[in-house]
Amino acid sequence: MKPKIYILLTFLLLFLSLQLPAQQQRFPKPEFDSGYEQPDPVTPEPRSGAMEYFDVAVLLAVLSLASYLVIRKRSRQGILWLSVFSMIYFGFYRNGCICSIGGIQNVTLTFFDATYAISVTALLFFLLPLVYALFFGRTFCAGACPLGAIQDLVIIKPLSMPRWLRKTLGIFPYLYLGLAVLYAATGTDFIICRYDPFIGIFRMDAPFHMIVLGIVFLLMGMFIARPYCRFLCPYGVLLNWMSKFSKWHMSITPSKCIQCKLCTTSCPFDAIDFPTEEKVTKSSRYDAKKFIIYAAVIPLWVLIGGFVGSKSHTYLSKAHPDVYLAELLIQHPELKDDPDNIDIQTFLASGKTMDILVEDARLKRKEFYTGSWILGGFIGLVIGLTLLNQVVYRRKQDYTPNRGDCYSCGRCMDYCPVDR
Amino acid sequence: MEKKAENRREFIRKSGRLTLGLAIGGLGVLAASRATAGEWVWQIDPFKCNQCGRCATECVLNPSAVKCIHAFDLCGYCDLCGGYLKPDANERSTAAENQLCPTSAIERKFIEEPYFEYVINEELCIGCAKCVKGCTSFGNGSLHLQIMHHICVNCNECSIARVCPSDAIKRVKASEAYQVKGSWSKPL
Ligand code: SF4
Ligand code: SF4
Ligand code: SF4
Ligand code: SF4
Repeated sequence: MKPKIYILLTFLLLFLSLQLPAQQQRFPKPEFDSGYEQPDPVTPEPRSGAMEYFDVAVLLAVLSLASYLVIRKRSRQGILWLSVFSMIYFGFYRNGCICSIGGIQNVTLTFFDATYAISVTALLFFLLPLVYALFFGRTFCAGACPLGAIQDLVIIKPLSMPRWLRKTLGIFPYLYLGLAVLYAATGTDFIICRYDPFIGIFRMDAPFHMIVLGIVFLLMGMFIARPYCRFLCPYGVLLNWMSKFSKWHMSITPSKCIQCKLCTTSCPFDAIDFPTEEKVTKSSRYDAKKFIIYAAVIPLWVLIGGFVGSKSHTYLSKAHPDVYLAELLIQHPELKDDPDNIDIQTFLASGKTMDILVEDARLKRKEFYTGSWILGGFIGLVIGLTLLNQVVYRRKQDYTPNRGDCYSCGRCMDYCPVDR
Repeated sequence: MEKKAENRREFIRKSGRLTLGLAIGGLGVLAASRATAGEWVWQIDPFKCNQCGRCATECVLNPSAVKCIHAFDLCGYCDLCGGYLKPDANERSTAAENQLCPTSAIERKFIEEPYFEYVINEELCIGCAKCVKGCTSFGNGSLHLQIMHHICVNCNECSIARVCPSDAIKRVKASEAYQVKGSWSKPL
């Protein structure tokens, strides 16, 4: 008997609440005679905006110091301690948010979502490391990035990886960057933040699987130096481009390379380019032919990539809640009667019709179609250029850091016997 | 020969630098022209929330940064509180088995006949929204959830927002970080 009354009462009240404006009270506020003072709800303020600007100042200071330490001072020790500081400050103290890597998504969202505009501090976090990389190389990776620092500290016995493997795995950051932009632009998700493997460690609190992922990355990082940086980091792609053309990149030797080969094994990231051998020079004509062929097929790569990308748009779009829900309801209409499916029940109660949902999902999917065409074409271009790069002949005499891949960590400098 | 190669390399580098510099400069200016000086934080629209319970489980923090807050202004100070007592409670007392809240985070205090005050103990609240559901369906809806900003780490993307079925969690300006019922009304 009792439950029945309650159900009835619920319906009655629900009905009433639909009739009344949302603010109307069912039970009037009492008039107190006892002099009772009504308390205010406690609403503690968020971290103040000034503190966010302070973070930008810290970033600026760390970037400048890192550039000074590695280029002028040539001190690996200094860089090491600076990166420890950044790991503690940006990682463990600031809990990893906001970071330059995630900033990619905020910038993207600013251009695609009219209701959102990036905050100045987040924009600076995104831009400053890139500007520094354009002048000094990836000093951000060496001294300021908490993710880089934590990986750098666990390197024990780095294994050298064959070039082809590095180049192949090196495609992944581009894919990750492309996907992150696609998902941010369509308002689906911030995948860089969601799958950040180290944030759980910085916060010392995260879902179990994310902690496991972080630990796996660190264990792997003992032998494969900086695995996230090299084969995933989407921001690394941008830094790599900037650093390639940097004005004052660090060099291994303080003056002139004497070809002693002492530094060759010093880089845990295989980022040192060796001098070209004489016999390669002889076959350069053959390379020129290859170069033309490889360059000519790049448009083909772009087309293939775009085609494959557009084929996967249905799959990629499933991550968007509207598309997911519409698909679920079309394929399993019986789920409408499942009281435990919160998403479906909420949708049914919201008063939104099925037609509107399906139309929304269709439009989203269209966005994904365009987006994945571009994403695929971009990846095709990257593959084509990577292949082309393999046959480009660059004359080199000395042992030099590869400007794109080098993190400016400064390890190799200590191996060079040449005095200043 | 050497010199020439070096010069060429320097030239390529310079033009590359200029191009990239212009590219990020352009991007920066475009973004900056829209950028806001203030920061963003995440907050729950209490009028949209349908008390699904995910706030307790989906926050990256444990216990969640979402807590129940009490808009006293709207409260009826009822003895038979829909947010405090289980619907099938056999008496109106503070006995734990009668309470809706799984952690007994709501403190009930007698004020004067027949009114009772309900205060949330934030330390104990896990943001499960059980009381909110009770209060919204049977009472005035004065109990509701908010993201508490001294706990929240302000994730770049709130992981509850992503799974909130009613799309109630949105970025709001840090200067208006709370949407407390009564003082904050539903945008039309
Ligand atoms: S590559 Fe990415 S994760 Fe690694 S140090 Fe650089 S910015 Fe940080
Ligand atoms: S996830 Fe959304 S609907 Fe569910 S309790 Fe939290 S705010 Fe309310
Ligand atoms: S019922 Fe849930 S939301 Fe309400 S006070 Fe208790 S823990 Fe907090
Ligand atoms: S922003 Fe992060 S910490 Fe804050 S409520 Fe959302 S998930 Fe929890």
